[in-house]
Amino acid sequence: MSTAAASLPPAATAARVVPKVHWQERLAQGLLLLCCVLLAVFLLGPLAAILVKSVQDKDGAFVGLLQFREYFATPALQRSIWNTLWVATTVTAITVPLAFFYAYALTRSRMPGKIVFRMIALTPILAPSLMSAISFIQWFGTQGLLKGLLGGASVYGPIGIIMSSIYATFPHALMIVLTALLLSDGRLYEAAESLRTPTWRKFFTITLPGAKYGLVSAAMVVFSYTVSDFGIPKVIGGNFNILAVDIFKQVIGQQNFNKGAVVSLVLLVPVLVAFLVDWRMQGRLHAQFTARAVPYVPKRKRWFDTTMFAYCTIVALLLLLVLGMAVYTSFIKLWPYDKSFSLRHYQYGLIDAGVISSFFNSLKMAFFTAVFGTMFIFASAYLLEKTRAMPLTKGAVRLLASIPMAVPGMVLGLGYILFFNHPDNPLHFLYHTMAILVLATVVHYYTSSHLTAVTALKALDNEFEAVSASLKVPFYKTFFRVTVPVCLPAILDIGRYLFVNAMVTISAVVFLYSPSTQLAAVAILNMDEAGEIGAAAAMATLIVASSTVVCIVYALVTRFLLTRTQQWRVSGLA
Amino acid sequence: MKIATAVRCLASSLVVALAATAGLAQAQKTELNVYTALETDQLKAYTEAFSKAYPNIDIKWTRDSTGVITSKLLAEKANPVADMVVGVSASSMAVFANEGMLQPYAPKGLDKLSSQYRDPANPPMWVGMDVYGAAICFNTVEAAKLGLPKPQTWQDLTKPIYKGRITMPNPASSGTGYLDVTGWMLMMGEAKAWQYMDALHANVAQYTHSGSKPCRQAGAGEFPIGISFEYRAVTTKKSGAPIDIIFPTEGLGWDLEASGIMKTTKKADAAKSVMDWLATPAAMELFAKNFAVVAIPGIAKPLEFVPADYEKRLVKNDFAWSAKNRDKIIAEWLKRYDAKSEPK
Repeated sequence: MSTAAASLPPAATAARVVPKVHWQERLAQGLLLLCCVLLAVFLLGPLAAILVKSVQDKDGAFVGLLQFREYFATPALQRSIWNTLWVATTVTAITVPLAFFYAYALTRSRMPGKIVFRMIALTPILAPSLMSAISFIQWFGTQGLLKGLLGGASVYGPIGIIMSSIYATFPHALMIVLTALLLSDGRLYEAAESLRTPTWRKFFTITLPGAKYGLVSAAMVVFSYTVSDFGIPKVIGGNFNILAVDIFKQVIGQQNFNKGAVVSLVLLVPVLVAFLVDWRMQGRLHAQFTARAVPYVPKRKRWFDTTMFAYCTIVALLLLLVLGMAVYTSFIKLWPYDKSFSLRHYQYGLIDAGVISSFFNSLKMAFFTAVFGTMFIFASAYLLEKTRAMPLTKGAVRLLASIPMAVPGMVLGLGYILFFNHPDNPLHFLYHTMAILVLATVVHYYTSSHLTAVTALKALDNEFEAVSASLKVPFYKTFFRVTVPVCLPAILDIGRYLFVNAMVTISAVVFLYSPSTQLAAVAILNMDEAGEIGAAAAMATLIVASSTVVCIVYALVTRFLLTRTQQWRVSGLA
Repeated sequence: MKIATAVRCLASSLVVALAATAGLAQAQKTELNVYTALETDQLKAYTEAFSKAYPNIDIKWTRDSTGVITSKLLAEKANPVADMVVGVSASSMAVFANEGMLQPYAPKGLDKLSSQYRDPANPPMWVGMDVYGAAICFNTVEAAKLGLPKPQTWQDLTKPIYKGRITMPNPASSGTGYLDVTGWMLMMGEAKAWQYMDALHANVAQYTHSGSKPCRQAGAGEFPIGISFEYRAVTTKKSGAPIDIIFPTEGLGWDLEASGIMKTTKKADAAKSVMDWLATPAAMELFAKNFAVVAIPGIAKPLEFVPADYEKRLVKNDFAWSAKNRDKIIAEWLKRYDAKSEPK
């Protein structure tokens, strides 16, 4: 995992012997190639193992496209495809603007409480998606307090899926848009102000175009997430069929890996479309954050700041209501009949022998994922953006980086079993270890982290590299002295994102854990399955609490670093 | 200098000694990788009792729902990690046996087990532990609010008054759902069973993706009637949910929790010891605390909330028939109910 970063120092000594620019460029290209190979092994390998299944029958004999023909002959399929697409489109159309204005408020206003708003906005990724669906059922279900708001419609079905998915995808979108907005050139705004450009006009001519790339990326991530998540529709979807649930039915319900592989392939189509959109955008994008840029410092404007504050308060409150219901459930005796306060779910959860060790396993796994994942993802994104030539490798890395978002965790996990547990695979020793859980999790959450890194790097002018090169400063020095410090907010965000997601990931690891690497989120799934909603909520609360603590400690520890490296941007962050 | 050397000597000899002890301890204890779908609290009790009987065998459990464990075992088929499988449904065991993943073994005292609660082959590929059958969870509080009478039979569920009040597991997602469907077929005959399901479909609010969920939803008052299974019904009621458990008199579909040894295991002797223990009356007494019917007749005691004639209500099962016709039945079920099962 850390090969890319770890192999840098010895190269530094070797670089003196050979003509510098040439050698370094080749080193960078070699490292990029290595990234590409690693991604291929840990993403394409398992996927290929799954895809081979799609042209085989149950006994492993080659049957060509028979499985596809059989599947497309099922009447439910077309409906599933249609349902999947319109639900995901609706979620995207609501989440992205919601997240954009939230990010806009955080970066372009001087409203109070920005740090609090930022933290609240990230809470949805602190708990498993399963929990949000349960919480929405408790708010809007038959026994729900807010049932009346739905006007007689049932929460089970598209309404529930859309609401829960918006909740779950909000922080993902926010992270990407925020990065795009943070890195904007203040000079443009100064120029606009000296020309007395009205606020709305600045918004449409500077802010929006500047955030275009981030917006497209965010839309892609939200869309793909909604398409591939099965936890939410499984819990709240009722009889509403979508593709991810079809995979669940085939793989877990009927153990038909072949048909499951077919549906997985169908599911990959939307991401390829999203990739093409992304690819086309690439050509039109220019760096906004040039070497001469200055960070934007928002001015105090009472009306604007108040409006933004009100908007963020409403969104934050809604987010807290969802989380609050889960926490509340963990403290009452029995929903909805005995709402008296009780700690029995915590006692049960804590006393239950396996749970505490699984909680520590989760912490360990999340830590490794954050450290090694961030290193690899940022380094590979850097090489991708700042290395010259190798268009083919670059295209491959870009494609590989955008695939994971569309691969349901369950499919990835199954692929890992089939690929790494194969007797002939030299990497077989990884199977049933902590390492394979970390690898699967990094790959599973690759896309969003990669996009954050790319968005941050894109906003950095290539001039930095050009100047360094002409001054004969090796690229790795520029990387550590300029790129990393400037991108530190994005790097820290990636680390935190990977950590909190690793704490709650279920679908990919449910097939991969061994008796000694059981995880807390899997324990939640089992408790929910057994009907212990209270205990499941208690465990989720524990995870949210510990993730929050880790986030705060993390923030404090890195604050020192931030103030040292980001003084030029301090107002944008505060 | 001298002290440092002495310390180093001492340290290294300590390490060697520790390693030796650890090696010895390991030599005595056999570690067994066992895949299971049993509940965690059951596992705890069973493991404690087993460790007392066989202190030299250390069981490492990998626990998950039946669907996940079955998929995991099949996916690992090329290179199995598990040494044996304990407490997974007989329908899944039949699949493993068909795939050639199990090795036959006749545990000591096999002749004491009811012939219908083990693999008919001799020696058997798998041996049953206990029975879990269909049950209906009925929320009395919500029913009173809605004015719903308590149903007593499967036929009752087709009455128009229950429209939109019933949930049951989707047989395409859940083994329990498939057990319900085959149960109806075995008691009514195929054609009548489809007619029955057509009528039931008109009342079903939701087909869930797990066998436990209908009872959970009934317990939480989401949908007052849930078709689920006995063990989950009893635990839900014990947790304080206001439900009555109904065991329809026409008959109940059922499955077994069963165990078997993987063909590829290198620790067959230890696995055989586990199989022997699982078939002892002592083990059966532990199972009987959770289940009303266990594989050795005469051991089970009446359980709270479960009628005394429970075993008589079980339909005559045919696991081979269920396994063979699974794809066909599920395809027909999907055609009839899934494509049009969207909310109105």
